[in-house]
Amino acid sequence: MRRGWFLPVTATLGFAFLYAPIISLVIFSFNESRLVTVWSGFSTKWYGELFADPQMLGAAWLSAQVAFVSATIALVLGTLCAVALVRFKRFRGRTVLAGTVSAPLVMPDVITGLALLLLFVAMEATLGWPAGRGLVTIIIAHSTFCMAYVTVVVQSRLTDLDLSLEEAAMDLGATPVRVFFDITLPIIAPALVSGWLLAFTLSLDDLVIASFVSGPGSSTLPMVIFSKVRLGVSPDVNALATIIIGIVALGVFAATVLQLRSRPKKLRN
Amino acid sequence: MAKKPQLAIDTRPWRDPAAKPFVRIRNVTKKFGDVHAVHDVSLDIYKSELFCLLGGSGSGKSTLLRMLAGFEEPTAGTIEIDGQDMTHVAPYNRPVNMMFQSYALFPHMNVEQNIAYGLKRDHLPKGEIADRVAELLSLVKLSDYGKRKPHQLSGGQRQRVALARALAKRPKLLLLDEPLGALDKKLREETQFELVKIQETLGVTFIVVTHDQEEAMSLATRIGVMNQGEIAMIGEPTDIYEFPNSRFVAGFIGSVNMAEGVVIEDEPDHVRIRSAELGCDIYVDHGVDCAPDQILWWAVRPEKIHLSREAPDNPHDANVTRGLVEEISYLGDMSVYQVLLDSGKRLRVTQTNTVRGNPDSITWDEPVYCTWGGNAGSVLTV
Repeated sequence: MRRGWFLPVTATLGFAFLYAPIISLVIFSFNESRLVTVWSGFSTKWYGELFADPQMLGAAWLSAQVAFVSATIALVLGTLCAVALVRFKRFRGRTVLAGTVSAPLVMPDVITGLALLLLFVAMEATLGWPAGRGLVTIIIAHSTFCMAYVTVVVQSRLTDLDLSLEEAAMDLGATPVRVFFDITLPIIAPALVSGWLLAFTLSLDDLVIASFVSGPGSSTLPMVIFSKVRLGVSPDVNALATIIIGIVALGVFAATVLQLRSRPKKLRN
Repeated sequence: MAKKPQLAIDTRPWRDPAAKPFVRIRNVTKKFGDVHAVHDVSLDIYKSELFCLLGGSGSGKSTLLRMLAGFEEPTAGTIEIDGQDMTHVAPYNRPVNMMFQSYALFPHMNVEQNIAYGLKRDHLPKGEIADRVAELLSLVKLSDYGKRKPHQLSGGQRQRVALARALAKRPKLLLLDEPLGALDKKLREETQFELVKIQETLGVTFIVVTHDQEEAMSLATRIGVMNQGEIAMIGEPTDIYEFPNSRFVAGFIGSVNMAEGVVIEDEPDHVRIRSAELGCDIYVDHGVDCAPDQILWWAVRPEKIHLSREAPDNPHDANVTRGLVEEISYLGDMSVYQVLLDSGKRLRVTQTNTVRGNPDSITWDEPVYCTWGGNAGSVLTV
């Protein structure tokens, strides 16, 4: 077949559209100048400055904690929810659960954030918990909306799972709980990993909901970056963003390798 | 060589009214919503039998098997296995194992781990599990494949692993759901014999669900034909084929020529049926439970009819009709003729090709006589 110019050109344009902003961000993080748009020579001084900034590091550490804990909670709850929806065809409230579980996917963040804020305030007034807003409320908020994503990912994998595998295990003497840990869990493990990674990423870059439900002294990384940028873009934000991109890229690469390895290999000989 | 009669009774406990059945299904009904998947089925299966449940899709055969395994609970009725009521016992507490149609091999475990899974659930000592797995692998001739994952095996090998896994716990009863369904024809024929051999060696009772009548005929000691959730007939393969009890069973197993007729002579030693469809009388050389003028059906297998060019002897003035050969399909070992009778009905007749490349064989558009014996067909009232 004759090679046309159309495919290479569109591919190049597409990649440029996706990655040009990120590449320019990475390049300018090594800029010597304080002005973000003017190149004046290579330097790593902004990385040095970043690691000397306690506010930035504190926010990064907080965000990592929030993302880790809420991704884990969302994974457990979302998996349970997916199992209930896929495996149990008839129970009271199934239709309601199936309909509402995906609501956070389409709900605007502003509304979710506002609703959660009002709920937390009301709970504090009546129950006395959670006392004030901070780490706990952010984790609760992130777990709720991340759970919906985990449910969707795990649900699709569970639907593909051959039911007779679980029946076979039960037939061989495994109780339902045993079946879940011996058979179901290992088979859906890749979906759990990608669900967790997805939840982690979503939590890490959420700005809107966190702004509503956080309190004094509990600013997440996106909140700190956002407030800094409003005062003018400083090059140490570029450095931080480059580090985050590096970590995320590594994570995605690891997840891909994991997925490929768990996929059944082609029949040999 | 003729079978010794006492041996025949020994191996056919269902003929002995005193024999105790191993599996007792009593008036079992299963409803899904308003639909009767299984309707009032009663069935006795004896030890060491290889019983086939045969039926089309939606006949309820798989639902019945799943109730035996414990995956479905009967809406009504009881299931007894080896004298114990199993109706409401969970699948993991039953002395029963099942081989699944899809084989259901655990994809994340290798062959050995798959076979050992049930034994580990029983907390057998490690050494004993290893011995048992090795023994089973050699039984299904897969000793070199223990470390492979299921996706590295061929269809036939997977089938054998599934069989070994189902046999590992030495169940009293093995349920097989379309065990050969996913194999190609040649492999299916080989595996059929292997399956029977293993069943005979181990003496385990097998209940096999299949939609393939050839498979049922060659495997089974007895066959239960199912239709729309009910048992249409239970019997040995020869009974089912040669003496069907209804038009459904006659039509479901093998091919058959069916003709409607009216009883005009009803004697203790013979019956005469007038059939306008065949354009002749049917003389049946034994008594039939029927009444004069009753409308009934006569079913005859294609190989029980004989074709000839010359008019045959006709002592009873019956069982001979004339027609024109309309179609011939040559199958090698035999040929199938479609004969258009003068009455407009078409008969299907098979003739064995005993002479090689016979130049004198009956051919297209030849007028022929179709004849059959007084015992060739079954008289059916339902």
